[in-house]
Amino acid sequence: MSVALFIPCYVDQLYPQVARATLAVLAARGVTVEYPLAQTCCGQPMANAGCEGDAHAAARRFVRTFAGYDTIVAPSGSCVHYVRHHFDALPQTSQVQHVRNATVELSEFLLTLPEGPPIDFPYRVGVHVGCHALRGLRQAVSSELGPTPGGALRTLLATLRGAEVVALDRPDECCGFGGTFAVDEPAISARMGSDRIADHRRHGAQVLVSGDMSCLMHLDGIVRRQGAPLPVMHIAQILNGERP
Amino acid sequence: MTTHPEAAEAFAQDAERTAWHDQALWFVRAKRDQVTRAIPEWEALRTLASGIKAHTLSRLDEYLEQFERNALANGVVVHWAADADEHNRIVLGILRDRGATRLVKSKSMLTEECHLNPYLEAHGITVVDSDLGERIVQLGREAPSHIVMPAIHKRKAEVGALFAEHFGTSPDEDDPGRLADAARGPLRSALFGADAALTGVNFGVAETGGIVVCTNEGNADLGVHLAPIHIACMGIEKLVPRVADLGVFLRLLARSATGQPITAYSSHVVTPRAPGQLHFVIVDNGRSEHLGRPEFREALACIRCGACLNTCPVYRRSGGHSYGSTIPGPIGAILSPGVDLAKHASLPFASTLCGSCGDVCPVKIDIPQQLYRWRQMVGRAGLLPAKKRLTMTLLGGVFGSRAWYEWCGRMARVALRVVPGWLARRTAWGRERELPVAPKESFREWYQRSGRG
Repeated sequence: MSVALFIPCYVDQLYPQVARATLAVLAARGVTVEYPLAQTCCGQPMANAGCEGDAHAAARRFVRTFAGYDTIVAPSGSCVHYVRHHFDALPQTSQVQHVRNATVELSEFLLTLPEGPPIDFPYRVGVHVGCHALRGLRQAVSSELGPTPGGALRTLLATLRGAEVVALDRPDECCGFGGTFAVDEPAISARMGSDRIADHRRHGAQVLVSGDMSCLMHLDGIVRRQGAPLPVMHIAQILNGERP
Repeated sequence: MTTHPEAAEAFAQDAERTAWHDQALWFVRAKRDQVTRAIPEWEALRTLASGIKAHTLSRLDEYLEQFERNALANGVVVHWAADADEHNRIVLGILRDRGATRLVKSKSMLTEECHLNPYLEAHGITVVDSDLGERIVQLGREAPSHIVMPAIHKRKAEVGALFAEHFGTSPDEDDPGRLADAARGPLRSALFGADAALTGVNFGVAETGGIVVCTNEGNADLGVHLAPIHIACMGIEKLVPRVADLGVFLRLLARSATGQPITAYSSHVVTPRAPGQLHFVIVDNGRSEHLGRPEFREALACIRCGACLNTCPVYRRSGGHSYGSTIPGPIGAILSPGVDLAKHASLPFASTLCGSCGDVCPVKIDIPQQLYRWRQMVGRAGLLPAKKRLTMTLLGGVFGSRAWYEWCGRMARVALRVVPGWLARRTAWGRERELPVAPKESFREWYQRSGRG
């Protein structure tokens, strides 16, 4: 099975440590991945802003780059959701349909693999499942649909020794990032973010974990502005044995 | 014209009000979760309701004719209004025919949409809204900010100040019970003295030609039983085919709206009460045009429960008035652009597309998908702000080319490292958040350097 790694544009440029951790975690579980250098972005930023036409060049590049692989793994629920659900705007060639089906989010993919080495992570963990992973990919049960969230991220966290997932007042409230929403409506976006952080703090979270670095980028920006750090980590970093 | 971001920011500047508004609505959302979990077949009910609505909309013409036939046979006077103006003229005509000058109204978002109150008042009719929340916003000369809780944006003290002015209560009074008592007296006089009562319609039943009106205060029932004329105004999309369907929708409506098992008063009105008159005004006002848009049609299935407003993290923090349309929140953000895309171009963007609205919707309208589609329509119609439009064209070019992407990535990281704090804080991101700390090396640079690429 040939596996390709898709690293979202902002992770490539701003959070290379998350991409490297992804690579290491996959390697530790015996999966050899290729990172095709022709990749750039899935096209979500433009389409989210109402410019699907401007997203097509990126989306077509994505299809060309990844069509030859059996599986395309990405450490981002949001980008995977975009490829799976919004590539319907492209003509549905067999290549397009293939990449739509073959693109998987990292934590879901990890659950199909043998367990990795045991990891100690003695922290109270605040879980943030990004909305596109939650309600777009149905990676967990949203609070509107049921009381028990479950999901890939929590399943992986349960394998850590010493990690305690904190209960929140609002388990899956949106963090307020929302792609271009963060800059279209900065006041509301930041308000949502600080409310989200307050919920985690109230319940004693020592580290904030997500499978989506975009939510974490926004929350981290607010945490640092507040000057009372609550470290954020991508799940790949934790599974790679890193500590906050 | 005020856009959503501007109005939302103005609302959110009052941090305390925002917190309280958010918590009040979240409380309702949490209640909704609790009561829906007591119904094991909740998801099956939603699916059923969604199917019934899709079916009804697929042959709306037939059901409207059936509804009219049965209503006429029941002795109801049926009127058809193509738009808001015609609706208002019809209502005024009914009142004038009987020399009626005092009207009591129970809650109807349709009449808000048609701006009926100012129209009637300009023609010498005294209009009193009998729903307490509606009465509060009427006294404050405001529009409702929520479709189920019209005055949810107002704090107790503000209601107290308003009642002091109109009902002579103490300006310091902020006890909800005593304030409600103060409103009750004048409201009773209005109800007893009314020449006509107007209600909205929650459901029209094609099979019986009857309508269902749901209230928690019983104000609609008091109004229609006391006044000799009952005028019920109904949008064409409010139909369900059979009485049996009500069992599905009434179970969904109250639970989704307020977390109650059922509204306190759900009244089925079929025939006029002798010697009174019963009028139905059936209103289109842009609905058939919306029906003609296949990719947006499902929004007409909305039963106006307000659950998407309660759950929307943006609505909760920006208040209903920020949407600048009769129906605020996520459902309004997909209905209003269909009426006037230019005016409401910012509404499809007043969302993070978190999807919570779609998951609470009792008739399973895929609201996030509709928001996404409206965004594309706004883009194609050339209604995006020029700066955003240009940025997206540039970004599209950058992401289309590997070399261009790599070069711009490097430049962006350099810029992030050298940008002075004061300048960063003037960007839309940096105003509220710290910018990311840019690494020297991108992942792809490391990948190539480490000899893997």
